[in-house]
Amino acid sequence: MFCIPYVKCLPLIALYGQLLLGLINGSFYALLSLGLAVIFGMLRVINFAHGALYMLGAFVSWWLSIAFGIPYWGALVLAPLAVGVVAVVIEKTMLHQMYRLDPLYGLLLTFGITQVIEGTFRYFYGASGQPYPPPAALSGPLNLGFMILPIYRGWVVLVSILACLGTWLLIERTRIGAYLRAATENPVLVQTFGINVPLMMTLTYAFGAALAGFAGVLAAPIYQVSPLMGTNLIIIVFAVVVAGGMGSILGAIVTGYILGLLEGLTKVFYPEASNIVIFVVMAIVLLLRPAGLFGRAA
Amino acid sequence: MPIDGALLEIEDLNAWYGESHVLHGISFEVREGETLSLIGRNGAGKTTTLRAILGIVRNRQGAIRFRGEDLTAVPLHGIARRGIGYVPEERGIFASLTVAENLVLPPVVKDGGMGEEEIYRLFPNLAERRASQGTKLSGGEQQMLAIARILRTGANVILLDEPTEGLAPVIVERIGEVLKLLKARGMTIVLVEQNFHFARKLADRYVVVEHGRAIDCFGASELDAKMAGLAEQLGV
Repeated sequence: MFCIPYVKCLPLIALYGQLLLGLINGSFYALLSLGLAVIFGMLRVINFAHGALYMLGAFVSWWLSIAFGIPYWGALVLAPLAVGVVAVVIEKTMLHQMYRLDPLYGLLLTFGITQVIEGTFRYFYGASGQPYPPPAALSGPLNLGFMILPIYRGWVVLVSILACLGTWLLIERTRIGAYLRAATENPVLVQTFGINVPLMMTLTYAFGAALAGFAGVLAAPIYQVSPLMGTNLIIIVFAVVVAGGMGSILGAIVTGYILGLLEGLTKVFYPEASNIVIFVVMAIVLLLRPAGLFGRAA
Repeated sequence: MPIDGALLEIEDLNAWYGESHVLHGISFEVREGETLSLIGRNGAGKTTTLRAILGIVRNRQGAIRFRGEDLTAVPLHGIARRGIGYVPEERGIFASLTVAENLVLPPVVKDGGMGEEEIYRLFPNLAERRASQGTKLSGGEQQMLAIARILRTGANVILLDEPTEGLAPVIVERIGEVLKLLKARGMTIVLVEQNFHFARKLADRYVVVEHGRAIDCFGASELDAKMAGLAEQLGV
């Protein structure tokens, strides 16, 4: 038994179960908020369409399976690429015109794009979800001794940590990442060095969107593939990004996992507060540290 | 028509910041391997001239030719690819990058640039602080870093905007030595400089800028004869 004095005692297995659930939710929060942070850091666009792009990733996986018999492993590569291509079209045709304007305009545009994408999918597929089974190699449980771990969920946690780590390394430890960081500070000067910043902005948006698409593929076997799956998540993810610090890569990753775990623990000890705990944390962080936990004050 | 021996030709260049008309038909040429200094009072249009050549100021009219090619049709990121490096007045050192990362940020655009170790030998202060955050350097070190990162790229033309502004005399002297070295290596330098006493040690020719026009252009050998007029025009 695990006890917090005067609050509650629980069997350890229930605690581990909720911690795992928190870790899985945290994995999606981290992947999605990471994409949002990458996009905001470079483009200064608050990408409200991120939830729709996540949903698109899940739907592309489902389509690939239904229409072409392409399995999960193929979808894991193809769906993020497809979402990246959609993002390139969005950026090239609409979003690039928002860069010189207040970030509010980018938010409104991407909100509109979200409505169009989700509305279209709701029209064709309704609000109910489509089933998408996990691959055979990742099905079934794994007995860890202290708890039973569904293999697919363990895979989601592992692969999301690797994706976050890879993205962090790309931005913090590579030449391309240095271009990105420099262009975030002074895009005009970076262009005078011979770097094609407009192309970099397009690719950054595509990369952030592809991360959302990747999260969508990972989510498809856990949640139903539904037009509303992004809407349900995006508000929480925005709270994570704000608490972590807008545009902070490390902040998005760490805060995503921590708040996922906190949400899981709240479900154990005070379930009534589990839906709001992330927003309460966000409000406290904004009061005490307006730039976010990992953000730099302007 | 290209002027014989001219590497960079500016002809009847006009430029605007919003509604404000800053360059009023400035014309001059830069010859290969020379150091040309744009001199003039504050607000005469010297910095704007550099920014218009690079395309940072997009609202411009007139001709900018580099080796006979019209640069006004070239996108901003295409200018550096032709071997033109820029050291801005504000230095533009990136806070999110270390000194070493700042140094290697601009891509190599041509053969013949300096190697990293050669640059660190030229600027030992930077070598000592290569792991520091770029903006933690002193003003003089930041200026050296801003020049150093262009030397690596192989650019053979360098547009330098106020390299001595706000720096201690000993640092100004060091920057002067570096620029002399670059001159000796055959680099073409366009120098915008308020500090006329610094510019006169380096420049082969001068263009006097006033109200966005080139009102005079002369060689270093004519400087003594021009000094009285310059003293009145520039207050030196």
